Amino acid sequence: MSRSRWEKNIFELIRRASTDLPMDVQAAIRRALTKEKKGSSAWWALETMLKNADQARKTDAPICQDTGALLFYCGVPVEFDTNALVAETRAAVSKATRLGYLRQNTIDSVSGASYATNVAPASPVFHFQQGARKTVDVRLVMKGGGCENMGCQYSLPNEDLGADRDLEGVRRCVLDAVWQAQGNGCSPGVLGICIGGDRATGYAHSKEQFLRKLSERSPVKILAKLEHRIVQDAAKLGIGPMGLGGRTSLLGVKIDALSRLPASFFVSISYMCWAFRRRGALLGPEGGVNRWLY
Amino acid sequence: MRRNLEYPFTMTKVRKLKAGQTVSLAGRIFTGRDRLHKLLSDGGKSPVDLANGALYHSGPVVIRRDGAWLVRAAGPTTSMRQERYMASVIEQHHVRVIIGKGGMGEGTRLACAKFGCVYLQVVGGAGVVLADTVKQVAGVHFLREFGEAEAMWELVVKGLKAVVTIDAHGRSLHKKVKISSRRALTRVLR
Repeated sequence: MSRSRWEKNIFELIRRASTDLPMDVQAAIRRALTKEKKGSSAWWALETMLKNADQARKTDAPICQDTGALLFYCGVPVEFDTNALVAETRAAVSKATRLGYLRQNTIDSVSGASYATNVAPASPVFHFQQGARKTVDVRLVMKGGGCENMGCQYSLPNEDLGADRDLEGVRRCVLDAVWQAQGNGCSPGVLGICIGGDRATGYAHSKEQFLRKLSERSPVKILAKLEHRIVQDAAKLGIGPMGLGGRTSLLGVKIDALSRLPASFFVSISYMCWAFRRRGALLGPEGGVNRWLY
Repeated sequence: MRRNLEYPFTMTKVRKLKAGQTVSLAGRIFTGRDRLHKLLSDGGKSPVDLANGALYHSGPVVIRRDGAWLVRAAGPTTSMRQERYMASVIEQHHVRVIIGKGGMGEGTRLACAKFGCVYLQVVGGAGVVLADTVKQVAGVHFLREFGEAEAMWELVVKGLKAVVTIDAHGRSLHKKVKISSRRALTRVLR
């Protein structure tokens, strides 16, 4: 591996993710803005979000000070040296922290000490998938702590919510989660949802949904329908941007399902804030950028 | 109509504000989050006088450039985590303004009414817009002990725009939205 080129381009990926809000997310916020009354608190909040995105890009500054957990999803060719890619990525994360594209955002959970570079156990997070491919597909999702705290997991059936082990039960859990979150996850957010799996794979899979663009509906028809319905139902709650009240509570919902055990039926929900930082790159065998994604 | 709110944030100024109003804030504010609130609520001494002051729930991105601190992003963090400590911090330290996101609960609402304090909501995630209002980093406390995100940054701001969501008269927009959205939830789950 030619060290400098991989590190340089992954650093560039982090820089773009931190400072440049994806177009699909900006477009969704713009659509939400048109639904609010001009001059209302909700309108002001959405307008500030768009202004912030614009200014972050222009001034090359982090969109949000909580630069989040760094979730790297890497699709690599068979026999690719993933350890080398991890080392390059860690070096890029250190550099991005030094230059202020990332906050010193990683804490030792026992001592409370702050890591200087964001390189620590479980930071950054890596997911690898090998496949019959020539390029290396690296995608980064930056997920802040405020929205991460709003994630939750339900085990169905749930008596209080009247939720059975079916899609109606899923809808009931999800809307309860949206209500619980109020504005705390920086609404209007995007939900990644996994039906099934065990507790760990369910949460992991719910986060993987954030790799999908907002315009990308589930290929499973009934899930696509449910995604749409939950966005509309959430709007009816009137929570609105930042919980100030308003017409948009979610920018999108992404649902997928995994298999489950007969005894378990988990619904795992990850909440992504409006400052939905997601970027990707297709890298050639020498680490050069073939194409930027999103 | 946007009201101007300038440091020092006296009881008289704060009592005039009503939930739902928008303000443009100027002057000295202090960032503080999880570790600072725990310390203050446990009876720890504040390195600065917080009376008539503002606490901003934020952990900014700050870098050193040409020998000075430069704030790159300074949006709010979720205030609700401080609910457990907030009332006692307001009471013991005479804080008059809290700035954050997501709102706070009953303990804070009651403390705001009793001791004269308001909660201002800024836009979460708007790190750059808020960093732009910072005109000067006047100092920093607990940087080594707490780290960059948890330190107590002393900021001088101008034109920081916010909505009053909990006033000093017992009104809370968060409580209002929570109740109305609960009712709506019952309807959509029917």
